[in-house]
Amino acid sequence: MNSRIQTLSTTPVVPSLAASRRAFMGRTGTLSAVAVAMLAGKDALAQGMGGDMSKDVSILNVALGLEHEAINAYQLGAGSGLLQKPVLDIAVQFQGHHKAHRDALIATIQKMGGTPVMEKKLADYATALKADTLRNQGDVLDLAARLELGAINAYLGVIPAFGSKDLAKVAGRLAADETMHFTILTNALGRPLPAGALSFGA
Amino acid sequence: MPELKAAALACLLVAASVPAAAQMGATTDVTHAAATDATVVARGKALYESRCGACHSVDANRVGPAHQGVVGRKAGSAPGFVYSKALANSQVIWTPSNLLAWLAGPEAVIPGQEMGYSLGEARDRQDVVAYLATLQSR
Repeated sequence: MNSRIQTLSTTPVVPSLAASRRAFMGRTGTLSAVAVAMLAGKDALAQGMGGDMSKDVSILNVALGLEHEAINAYQLGAGSGLLQKPVLDIAVQFQGHHKAHRDALIATIQKMGGTPVMEKKLADYATALKADTLRNQGDVLDLAARLELGAINAYLGVIPAFGSKDLAKVAGRLAADETMHFTILTNALGRPLPAGALSFGA
Repeated sequence: MPELKAAALACLLVAASVPAAAQMGATTDVTHAAATDATVVARGKALYESRCGACHSVDANRVGPAHQGVVGRKAGSAPGFVYSKALANSQVIWTPSNLLAWLAGPEAVIPGQEMGYSLGEARDRQDVVAYLATLQSR
């Protein structure tokens, strides 16, 4: 991520934000506290877990792909110059959550003997997400909200597929974070909250 | 939606065999079927965006492959997407029928695939496949 950090630090941002961003980026070099907490006492993931562990690893790798994409989407938003404070601060904070998710997933996949899927280039994400069509802050927030909603539904949707209940719980916790993001983004966009109950994952 | 198209065709066949006075009702049925078809596709599109959109886009490879022209395409053949071995080696040609089965349980269709997601409701699967069927190759 170092090259990306440098790219981000060259974007026109206010000094205080750049400093906080550097500090934030600096925290991602080692296994995050979230990852440690997720994995605490979960040695069973690597030892003697019943069922087809490779299937769980596959699901985790899909989740990791989602997190890579989310990190890069927020990177594109933050680097676009379209976000103003305090929205920019929140976007960077959400990106931090996704980095923590990424770290936790990578650690878990490795612990289970799998190979974590690699992050693509920022330009690849920009193309896939049509970043060149983003014209204003609302466009960026709309993209982020769509991705967060997709991630919520994806995480909720894979819960039954996990062989490990511990991993199913992790998916639920990830979905909760994404739901928080989606709710804040929806509010920032001035959109109504979902009218009915149980709107996610259905 | 083959089922709906078949229903519309059935209405037309019935209409051809009944008196003109009765055909007004049949015409209404055909119109209703067409409207229902559009409704199904619209619902399928909304479902696709909310339930599949985390990983898939119509015209871009993301976590999952692009879906433009998926019906009629060989499994594991979206240009530029790196597939699992199971998908890459599959000889499945995507049809509405096997896409319905795939969305119900991907592993049962192509063992060893990597999509851990499925749609539990039959109506949701039907609507999403109806939408996918509209995504013709360019």
